Amino acid sequence: MKLVLAYVNPYRVDDIVEAVKNTEISGLTVVEAQGFGRQAGHEEIYRGAEYEVDLVQKVRIEILIDDIMAPETMSMIEEVVHTGSIGDGKVLILDVEDVVRIRTGERGEDAV
Amino acid sequence: MDSGATAWILTSSALVLLMTPGLALFYGGMVRGKNILAMLLKNYIAMGVITIVWTLIGGSLAFGHLIGGSALEISGTTILGNLDYFGLRGIDLPGTESIVGGIPNSAFMMFQLMFAIITPALIVGAVAERMKFGAWTLFIILWSIVVYVPLATAVWGGGYIGENLGALDFAGGLVVHINAGVAALVLAIMIGPRLGYGTSAIRPHSLPLTLIGAGLLWFGWFGFNAGSALAADQAAADAFMATQVAAGTAATVWLLVEKMVQGHATTLGFASGAVAGLVAITPAAGFVDPLGALVIGAVAGVVCFYALRLKAIFKFDDSLDVVAVHLVGGIIGSVLLGVLAVGDVAGGSQLVKQVIAVVITIVWTGALTAILALLIDKCIGLRVTEEEERQGLDISLHNEQGYLLTE
Repeated sequence: MKLVLAYVNPYRVDDIVEAVKNTEISGLTVVEAQGFGRQAGHEEIYRGAEYEVDLVQKVRIEILIDDIMAPETMSMIEEVVHTGSIGDGKVLILDVEDVVRIRTGERGEDAV
Repeated sequence: MDSGATAWILTSSALVLLMTPGLALFYGGMVRGKNILAMLLKNYIAMGVITIVWTLIGGSLAFGHLIGGSALEISGTTILGNLDYFGLRGIDLPGTESIVGGIPNSAFMMFQLMFAIITPALIVGAVAERMKFGAWTLFIILWSIVVYVPLATAVWGGGYIGENLGALDFAGGLVVHINAGVAALVLAIMIGPRLGYGTSAIRPHSLPLTLIGAGLLWFGWFGFNAGSALAADQAAADAFMATQVAAGTAATVWLLVEKMVQGHATTLGFASGAVAGLVAITPAAGFVDPLGALVIGAVAGVVCFYALRLKAIFKFDDSLDVVAVHLVGGIIGSVLLGVLAVGDVAGGSQLVKQVIAVVITIVWTGALTAILALLIDKCIGLRVTEEEERQGLDISLHNEQGYLLTE
């Protein structure tokens, strides 16, 4: 089992959700996040005062998935989100040791 | 008894009261989310303690001599009222003078109370996110007695500025806005900048709140300005119109300047411009025609926008720009009134009188505010600890949170 994590711009979430609905993936979780990477921060102006804002609003999308589908899920997100501009984000895959579906008590692959 | 005038003054009093919650939201949106409740409460507390102060002694000290008894005078000049109406008792009994013919003295006293409430509340923008709640409460109680009340007497109670000098202040350019603006400047300098000021991004956390607050202020300002005619008459209607014209013009002009200088028209810019226009028209509302109001609004929109730069130049953290909006806006209106007034009060020497009145107000408030703040700082301290400031005043001072993310 794998956990696919994608750190992307908040306004890409709808596109990803749309794409995921057209696959066998059964669900995803969206977490609001802030951070900085190569994109770094940006400048905002309030009443004439300029503020360097270091942390950019991002979302982290979490998709729990079986081993076989993990690479194609990663590619799917990459395709949907890619613009070629700085700040597009990252997708990564983590190993998952165990899973339990709390309602039924199913474990492992059955719970994914 | 003039029932029309009385009804309007009571209505106006309620309108002016609503400005303080409006101000609380206007300011509250501009602080960080961890300080929203502390900011709201520092405004609302004025509705509590100033009501007590005004009822017990403030109202009588400011205007008691206009009801009965004698004023405190120095060589024939009225300095202060009296304490004959301690607790505002008996202000409408037979044998008392009517301060404004046709309306009960209690209506006048309540109308004036609402001004006494919002004036110290205006100051809090300068010390946002770092002042102790107890020190603030003590400060506004003392400030309203020592600074506000004598100035109200001087301008509106037959004292030096209004009577002897002959300067004009229709609804509080001197008494409210320059007064609060100078106090804000003094306090901001004395309390020092917020932690991280100038280095980290201390941004407004909720501009929607600020816009709601600006809307409530604008609405309440009709009571503030048109109510200051103290009658339901032509002057009230003129002041109402001037208020709307100046506010709309200043908001529009501010946006234009902002767009040209910074590239974006912003919601905070619109709200700031509207308030700057409302401030600037306050002293002049009953004295100028609509085109005069338009000029005052336009000047306020440009000058107050550029006045935002003062705090960077002189390096003080007037956190929510009370100086740029209220001090500068108040000066614009009080001085331009000397040029733009129409009718009986138009005339060459009025400009000079207005400038003198502005200078007197600045010196009076500046000196006394500094002494008061110094005393309070020595006794109990003005500022929260570093740890409290980092944690946010909502939790550290009030043990509450403005926003809970779950449930």
